Amino acid sequence: MNESLTGLEQHESGGLAVGTLLLVEEDRYDSYSRMLLKYFLAEGVVCGHELFLASARDHPDEIMQELPSPIMDEVASQGQPQPSDPENPDTMKIAWRYQNQPRVQTALASSLRFGHYYDVSKTMEPELRQTAKCHSFYQLQETPVITGSSPLPSPYHPLLKSIQTVIRKEGFDGSTPQSKTRNVLRLGLHSLGSALWGDDVCCKDNPAHCHALSTFLYALRGLLRTSLSVAMVTVPSHLIQNRAVMGRIIRLSDTAIALESFRGSEMETNPLYKDYHGLLHVRQLPHLNCLSCEVPDTKDLAFKLKRKQFTIERLHLPPDLSETVSRVSKTELAAGCGTTATGNKHLDF
Amino acid sequence: MFPELNNILNSTPDSFKPSDFILVSDRQADASFLIHHYLSFYLRAGCKVCFLGLVQSFSHYSAVGQRLGVSLAQAREKGQLVFLEGLKDSIGAILQEESSQGTQHLSYLRSPGAGLKGLFRFVETSVSQNGARDDGESWGPPVLLIDDLSVLLSLGVTVGAILDFTLYCQATVCTELQGNMVILVRCEEEDVDDDEEGANLLQRGLVHQCNLALHVEGLPTGYCRDIHGQMQVWWRQSGETMYNPRKIFHFKVHDKGASFFARGTSSAVL
Repeated sequence: MNESLTGLEQHESGGLAVGTLLLVEEDRYDSYSRMLLKYFLAEGVVCGHELFLASARDHPDEIMQELPSPIMDEVASQGQPQPSDPENPDTMKIAWRYQNQPRVQTALASSLRFGHYYDVSKTMEPELRQTAKCHSFYQLQETPVITGSSPLPSPYHPLLKSIQTVIRKEGFDGSTPQSKTRNVLRLGLHSLGSALWGDDVCCKDNPAHCHALSTFLYALRGLLRTSLSVAMVTVPSHLIQNRAVMGRIIRLSDTAIALESFRGSEMETNPLYKDYHGLLHVRQLPHLNCLSCEVPDTKDLAFKLKRKQFTIERLHLPPDLSETVSRVSKTELAAGCGTTATGNKHLDF
Repeated sequence: MFPELNNILNSTPDSFKPSDFILVSDRQADASFLIHHYLSFYLRAGCKVCFLGLVQSFSHYSAVGQRLGVSLAQAREKGQLVFLEGLKDSIGAILQEESSQGTQHLSYLRSPGAGLKGLFRFVETSVSQNGARDDGESWGPPVLLIDDLSVLLSLGVTVGAILDFTLYCQATVCTELQGNMVILVRCEEEDVDDDEEGANLLQRGLVHQCNLALHVEGLPTGYCRDIHGQMQVWWRQSGETMYNPRKIFHFKVHDKGASFFARGTSSAVL
């Protein structure tokens, strides 16, 4: 994936493990979360994985046509063996911007390096896109199925059934031997829980089917654990009024992050955040086959979208150059970063 | 298992209190490392363990168990460990496939309103079957481990049904068979509305039933890399002691175990 997503994966200690579920809480206008989804799928195309895309609003084909184009040109690299990682002590500290140069890529097929770079301003060539086998599930085109007394109302039931069918038919669960080398299925599920999925968890405080989405995620994780697949689910959490539901959904995922865009909020003009487009909150990190997960140095991450790159970094505060700026920004910072210690609001240097 | 935790709780695999109901809970933290501790603890003690693994696969516990020095696969083969693969078996029940009609213990997935009777029958059968060890002796007292009980709330089971289930289990496992129970419950944030059926309500009900409560939370002062959180230990004393002692420890989880220390004595601080 792009350095951004590679950066994200490094922040989460080395990548999205096969068999896990990544939950992304959408930003208000679903611009950055949708971009992350497209990166996820684009990486699948580039790596030769199979894709499964389900959405209720935009047709899956439309989303597929918007996938960013991978950067294939030979560009002079700095010779770094790994993608840049601000927390790696070997990386440059002062001239760190030089590390953000794309690396040499000769041919996609022979690229063994983890993660690729993408150009956001261009869409992927149709020839490349069509090399990947993509299964899609478009909610509005599915015929309503009477699910009887299933705890999973429609359309989650047919969606789950469809995923299970793909996994079985293509052999990702080991039931039928795969013809070529073991492949991975990437599942992208867009905006689950929104009203377009027939779910009222985003509309009401006390939804009628308050367990539909959580039961679906539970079953999905069961499917992921027993097959060579990985899923990325985006949820419009800003619409879910019931906080207990959001807590449960997070605990039912393996990795959970939330994107908070500055667009349209007071933080857009805050001088503290002028380098960034939004904050990335790490809600949960997975403990897979081990007692402890990789504990990050800091949970304050921010993202920005440049013309070609979507980057995720530790939140750097700009230097306090004037007295008035620093006084204003310290109190605003205390209000904004609620997850860290809030006790230092009145400390002034 | 974690030797420091054994010291704190005054128990070892060779001598531990029988008929104990231990409640492990967390709030915005992850207390599952304590489940791994108890799993290896009771397997080492030679008890017959019934483990309801509702949120992770068997291989996950097995991998961690290896690091803690117990082999779950071996224990399962010998009959010492009965493991319910909740995640794997759930898909069939949720999608109502024909092949899953026989799995009565997952009946709560097919109709959440019906309660956990099927699951209790499974537990009852597992702890009552007393196979023999290799040397002819029978296993020690039975132990029921559940990871984690609050996920049932996400699947539509009511708090009342879950509390009924734990009451039945406690009566069978702890009182009748002199065995132990360890249950993990994951709670919501403090100020989430509690008038609805939530994990906080469930936790309060279980604290009322248990003998020992271990509650794991993040540090109240914020996120810290070297200290992963704090653990409150609360004993229900019987006998002459007038009050129920409560202690707080800080902990750090690492690859092969966890270390516990009194507040302010972390090696990062001293």
